[in-house]
Amino acid sequence: MRPRASRPSPLRSGTTGLPHPVPRLRATSFAVLGFLALVAGVARAQTPPATARATTTSSLPALSAAAADVQNDNGQALHVQWTAPAGVEQVIVERGSTPAGPFTVLDTVSAEGGSFDDNDVPRGKPVFYRLTGLGAHGPTPPAVIGPVVAVAQWFNTGRTNVAFFSVIFFAFVLFFLWSSRGGRKLFVRRIAGIDAIEEAVGRATEMGRPVLFVPGVQDIDDIQTMAALVILESVARTAAQYETKMIVPTNYPVPFTLAQEMVKNGFLEAGRPESYDPNSVRYITSEQFAYVAAINGIILRDRPAANLYLGAFFAESLILAETGFSTGAIQVAGTANVHQLPFMVVACDYTLIGEELYAASAYLSREPRLLSTLKGSDYMKVVIILLLLIGSVIETSFVLKNPPTQSLGQVSSPFKSWFRTE
Amino acid sequence: MQRQIPLILTGVIGFVMLLYFFVPHPFISGPGHFFEDAVIIVVAFAIVLGAANLLTFNGEIIARRGKDWPYKVVLLVSMFAMIAIGLVEGERYLEPETVFSWMYNTFYASMQATMFALLAFFIASAAFRAFRIRNLEAGLLAVAALFVMLGRVPIGNVISAHWPNGIQLPQISDWIMENPQNSAKRAILMGAALGVMSTGLRIIMGIEGSFARSGGNS
Amino acid sequence: MTSLLVFLAILAAVALVVAFLIRIPSVATTLARMRRLDRRWIFLAVWVLVMVPLLFPLKLPVAPTARAMQYYEQIDRLKAGDIVLLSADFDPAAGPELVPMLKTSIMQLCRKKVRIVGDCLWPGGPPLLEQAFSEVARDTFHYRYGEDYVNLGFKEGREAVMLAMGNSIPGTFPSDFRGTPVSKLPLMGKVTNLRSVKLLVNVSAGYPGTKEWVQQTQSRFNLKIISGCTAVSAPEYYAYLQSGQLLGLLGGMAGAAEYEKMAGVTGAATKGMDAQSSVHLLVMLCILLGNLAHWAARRLGER
Repeated sequence: MRPRASRPSPLRSGTTGLPHPVPRLRATSFAVLGFLALVAGVARAQTPPATARATTTSSLPALSAAAADVQNDNGQALHVQWTAPAGVEQVIVERGSTPAGPFTVLDTVSAEGGSFDDNDVPRGKPVFYRLTGLGAHGPTPPAVIGPVVAVAQWFNTGRTNVAFFSVIFFAFVLFFLWSSRGGRKLFVRRIAGIDAIEEAVGRATEMGRPVLFVPGVQDIDDIQTMAALVILESVARTAAQYETKMIVPTNYPVPFTLAQEMVKNGFLEAGRPESYDPNSVRYITSEQFAYVAAINGIILRDRPAANLYLGAFFAESLILAETGFSTGAIQVAGTANVHQLPFMVVACDYTLIGEELYAASAYLSREPRLLSTLKGSDYMKVVIILLLLIGSVIETSFVLKNPPTQSLGQVSSPFKSWFRTE
Repeated sequence: MQRQIPLILTGVIGFVMLLYFFVPHPFISGPGHFFEDAVIIVVAFAIVLGAANLLTFNGEIIARRGKDWPYKVVLLVSMFAMIAIGLVEGERYLEPETVFSWMYNTFYASMQATMFALLAFFIASAAFRAFRIRNLEAGLLAVAALFVMLGRVPIGNVISAHWPNGIQLPQISDWIMENPQNSAKRAILMGAALGVMSTGLRIIMGIEGSFARSGGNS
Repeated sequence: MTSLLVFLAILAAVALVVAFLIRIPSVATTLARMRRLDRRWIFLAVWVLVMVPLLFPLKLPVAPTARAMQYYEQIDRLKAGDIVLLSADFDPAAGPELVPMLKTSIMQLCRKKVRIVGDCLWPGGPPLLEQAFSEVARDTFHYRYGEDYVNLGFKEGREAVMLAMGNSIPGTFPSDFRGTPVSKLPLMGKVTNLRSVKLLVNVSAGYPGTKEWVQQTQSRFNLKIISGCTAVSAPEYYAYLQSGQLLGLLGGMAGAAEYEKMAGVTGAATKGMDAQSSVHLLVMLCILLGNLAHWAARRLGER
């Protein structure tokens, strides 16, 4: 867009009004004027936000405006706000690097909003904004504000609460890690579903049928898939010890590759590398229901005696579980997808609910370093429970003392407000 | 070294992404944005990897006339047919009158909807077979399920239209969904979220390094 | 109150009759044998109870819930010319539940003369979105592609795409689903990032979907979000509704039917509610019969 012509400087417009100045007087005048210009220029540079200077474009006054740095950002955003006189419907927002321009039009926005967010500001450089109101009476005099500088912050203060609790969590984990190195034994309660995995593999061995392990329907970026693949290594080790065949269908290339490694490692650690069958891990398809149809086919044809569904599951969980039940297999399921838990609880013999899936690798290996993270998250849960109780009391008493009003609605207590995250 | 490099990369990138949530400064957010964009590119490449994997795995079985090899032929022919038709039809491949759209609606959409529809049958058979009221908690669950099932459909409106306001079936269903159900779900979600944090921390710190091993002993 | 008492009386009477009947050995034996009922009979019953109401509609009345009203009102508050992001994050499997609410959403947006930018985070989504746009926006409301609506198509990356859109939508989707550069589409000249849109209308079937949009973008970009989702996902989002992170929620076909009622149309969701009602009754019956069979078997001392 063609930049608008810059406003003529008052120092260059018109005359000084002096008739035929004598040379010394002229020099003195110019020196005085130059000094005044310098002072004016310095004053303007030091005075954010500048206010508009009216010209005679319209009968309406210029917008009253201000600009400020947006907090908690990467230093490329400025917030411009204005109060528009009645009759102004739209505002043209322009940006330039000097108060005299040239200015580039950023947008024309409704005056009603009263603000504009410029998210593409050069970092660390002072900029100026020129705002011109548009209405039935014609354009208002442009209001130039600035200089204002977008600054990047080093910490997002809107997430102080998350940082605080993250530090507490890490502190718990590090404490238990440190104490586990001292040989301290960490207690973990019995998780029936995880114990049932070994039972299921044993049953498959007795019946001479394979073990089916489905590591969920998500890709490797889902932490449930990672947790499932770690459990797969333990299951593969057990299956290798019992010399039981495994079938591991996967639906993404990266989990497929990792699953192969996990099964191979499991057989190696059991001391049976020769028993490892590379075709036990299969890549099927990334399409959810095609994958499920393929697994159903495997269940109905190969008739595994133990079906382990561990990982992220969605709508297919009941289809898998019912098909597996129809073949008489023992079924252990585990997922953190809460919406599928009811189906798994109803249709499977054992279910790992939510965090039990994540605890499984630590539970199976009993490695102190893994157990320490489990203890850390358990203690964090205690902190959350205490906060819930304390928060309920505080919020309830605050609400009783400050009932909702028509204008403000229900106001939250400062305690609750502190937990909001931006 | 084969094990150290993946662990170091995981730790460094994980730490940067963790900081990225708290630090908006470009010193951290710059690399953070880069990694976000990199994820999109890596995942896009993985699609190609998946297709190649599909081709080699099924191609091998077809070549040696392995188990169920005719179905593998159907799979590969379908895959290449969809790709070829989409490429031939170019930009307009999603227009209603194209062959791609016809194949999408006739095969893909129908088969997907069919598989999803199986759930209705399986829910009924699972409800008959497995939903046993063995104790008080199971009984409460069954009663709640009955209220919610009735309250979410028009038949619930019809049955309870003249009941006192506040205890009509849709209102009871809403109350169950918004209160006890929500509380229990939040509790499970909190536990699961802590589990995610601890698993993520294990991976970043290299404690859960089993995925970084490649053969050999731990 | 009378109808409530009548209902409770009927329930009590049925319970007493069943409790009496189960004590009769022959009845108990018959019930116990039901434990071995071939599940294909149940499948047949489901099929009949779905087909019959679809062929012979019962026209049961649909009453909108508060959540559907909130969803409707959020779109109703938009002004002509506002820009909305419509993210269709589902594939044909969830089509019967979600396509009706997608079409009704587009219809309401078009009635309000709101401009729509569509995208998909599921690979199977773009044709569904395009069909809905063509049928509703283009053919019914004569919206012009590129000026009134745009279909950006699918982008792989899930949460990373959401965050990238928060920084720049044209940067994340340099071309639309047809391959046209977005710089050539007039509507996209007015869309910078998620802060440029007045509302996100998310129709989602799972992951990635509403939860990820709320977690990744709602507070970060101060985005208003309403969601239409499958019935199984809806309970998970009640917490977000209560906290104000979601401003409206439609759950499954029932939610879609409520929304259609608010919008004054009789679409596929409304027609499907009769079938859904009858299958819900069947599932309840299955639970009761299954437990009766189990209790009868226990009474007879069978394992």
